Amino acid sequence: MSTVQTSMPVQAAAAGEPSLWSRLRANRNWAALWFMLPAAAFLILFLAYPLGLGIWMSFTDERIGRGGIFIGLENYQWLWDDAIFWLSVFNTLLYTLIASVIKFAIGLYLALLLNRHMPFKAMIRSIVLIPFIVPTVLSAIAFWWIYDAQFSIISWSLIKLGVIDHNINFLGDSTWARASVIFANVWRGVPFVAITLLAGLQTVSPSLYEAATLDGATNWQRFRYITYPLLTPIIAVVMTFSVLFTFTDFQLIWALTRGGPVNATHLMATLSYQRGIISGRLGEGAAIATAMIPFLLAAIAISWFGMQRRKWQQGSNND
Amino acid sequence: MNKFTDRRSLLKGGAGLLAAAATMSSDQLLGYAKAWAQTAPWKPEPGAKINLLRWKRFVEAEDVAFMKIVDAFQKANNVTINVSNESYDDIQPKASVAANTGQGLDMVWGLYSLPFLFPSKCVDVTDVADYLGQKCGGWTDSGKAYGMLNGKWIGIPVAATGGLVNYRVAAAEKAGHKEFPKDLAGFADLVKGMNKNGTPAGMALGHASGDANGWLHWALWAHGGKMIDKNNKVVINSPETAKSLEYVKGLYENFVPGTASWNDSSNNKAFLAGQLHLTTNGISIYVTAKKENPQIAEDMNHAHLPPGIDGKTRELHLGFPILIFTFSKYPQTCKAFTAFMLEPDQFNPWIEAAQGYLSHFLLGYDKNPVWTADPKTTPYRSVAQSASTPAGEAQMSENAAAAIADFVLVDMYANYCTGREDVKTAMASAERAAKRIFR
Repeated sequence: MSTVQTSMPVQAAAAGEPSLWSRLRANRNWAALWFMLPAAAFLILFLAYPLGLGIWMSFTDERIGRGGIFIGLENYQWLWDDAIFWLSVFNTLLYTLIASVIKFAIGLYLALLLNRHMPFKAMIRSIVLIPFIVPTVLSAIAFWWIYDAQFSIISWSLIKLGVIDHNINFLGDSTWARASVIFANVWRGVPFVAITLLAGLQTVSPSLYEAATLDGATNWQRFRYITYPLLTPIIAVVMTFSVLFTFTDFQLIWALTRGGPVNATHLMATLSYQRGIISGRLGEGAAIATAMIPFLLAAIAISWFGMQRRKWQQGSNND
Repeated sequence: MNKFTDRRSLLKGGAGLLAAAATMSSDQLLGYAKAWAQTAPWKPEPGAKINLLRWKRFVEAEDVAFMKIVDAFQKANNVTINVSNESYDDIQPKASVAANTGQGLDMVWGLYSLPFLFPSKCVDVTDVADYLGQKCGGWTDSGKAYGMLNGKWIGIPVAATGGLVNYRVAAAEKAGHKEFPKDLAGFADLVKGMNKNGTPAGMALGHASGDANGWLHWALWAHGGKMIDKNNKVVINSPETAKSLEYVKGLYENFVPGTASWNDSSNNKAFLAGQLHLTTNGISIYVTAKKENPQIAEDMNHAHLPPGIDGKTRELHLGFPILIFTFSKYPQTCKAFTAFMLEPDQFNPWIEAAQGYLSHFLLGYDKNPVWTADPKTTPYRSVAQSASTPAGEAQMSENAAAAIADFVLVDMYANYCTGREDVKTAMASAERAAKRIFR
């Protein structure tokens, strides 16, 4: 923001000492402050204040409909030896890790594929975006039918094909349920990764590839030594976002499983909602939500410090 | 293909059953409403505007009858009532937000023990409850338990939908039970036999607020187990609970696969598709089947869950309490409307239209012909008699309401049945979760 240009001419030091007001009027930083104020007010009102309020609430026993009193760390103490809370932490980490890795792999593959010249390129690129455009709740309901214990289209097809002889218990078995929600999340998240990486790929200058081809580089070598290093900053950004979105996912889980079966798919966000809003313990719900912050900060820190380093930006041999 | 049409038409609900509600024409109802307004003890504030939130109907004719009542009340008193509908799952968060922010809604007609989640925000409606009790044959004990906190009524339990056994008669007979079993062992035998014949039973063990909480509380109470004792002390970790866990596991192993993932609509779908032959539910399956699948309606019946080892039947049904927020500007209008809708002249046609989906808490309504015209609805007449609040023996409270919402009991059974935890661990986890809530 220090580059904000004001058209105010710097007042010539006229006769004697200029007043405080005229000095302020001439001060660019003072003007910049005013320019920033609307944005800052917006951020404070809608981001900082709710966040602060949430953290404060986690130290109280506030319930819906009546204020709480400060109880220190009591909410956290109860969470500390709460098996369901730790299960939700485990679930969230598992969900985020696996879904993000798969989303990255498929997204990168799709981006490389879409970066080639092919017929109907524009149309195919827009089709890829569809899962991202469909409202989450709608796609979750579609998946809910696909995974239904009795009416699943997958089970039905496989039974008709004679591959299996009874319905697959998609959302009723812990392992199946975890795999199912991860699949749904991946389906939804891949387009974002793919399209963003595609945008990154298109900034890579074709002359680099031409030079490499002349030097006799193989396909793999071109990817490894040109594409990958030049794409790293974009990867860092897109994966940070992807991890943050996945970690805080709520709608998909809530529509599909409500955290069941036996809490095997309860994420921290869904547990926080269940405890905070559904059973009315705002303080406890806030404590669970606050417990997410360190994880999110860690994810941001990793990519932020990573992006500061040239090694990440320009390949490993370039310090 | 058949399956698909069934499913789609399911969504439409029991349309076309309006005839049942038409016992009083709207003109008659309006005339009556005007006369009622003259004599009622509550005088609506002039020009009052009320926002009322209610659960989204499962039986269309019930909703039509309800809106007729609203309409007559509006015209007779010159007030406006905006009714908005929300699905079961969304009622409570919305009501909670209104309670917390102190605006948006005047009245909520919600589920279970909603008023107990924020009792300090509910208007004292003792006068309405006394008026209705005197006029309509008195309240059942469960009605009092659902409405009163420390001697004051904080909500009026309008009705309940009974979570009773829905079963296919032929399948039960084939499993060797010509009559519905009258004890726990007989019921377990029935479920086992049905599974053997390939006509399995199934009851929700997922996070289904209505279905799963309902039958699992019955299972606990039937074996003498309790979440809390009279003084709100957590006593879930007990030999009785262990017995009920074993019993439920025995049932679960004979259920159709997937019940651990079921929500409140799963069993309706499966039953109407002919894949499920016994479950616990309100009467909505039967109402839909009568219209869309007469063979199933013909072959099904209802029964109360069998009595427990002490010979008593205690069930947890889905109560529908209506509450008035303390921040409403029009409390008199709200009270008048609550009383008006439970008056025999409104309530009788309304529960008839609901075809058994709404069971009353006021004893006078036992006489309504809806309970005897079709013997298959008769079991739902006595829902209020066998009903307990989630608190069991204790006074209904915020904490008991929170325990239900947090699925403490459902998780305990599901943990054991799916093999995630053994009996001791499942009970210990539930004990800890309950202690966290009842601290």
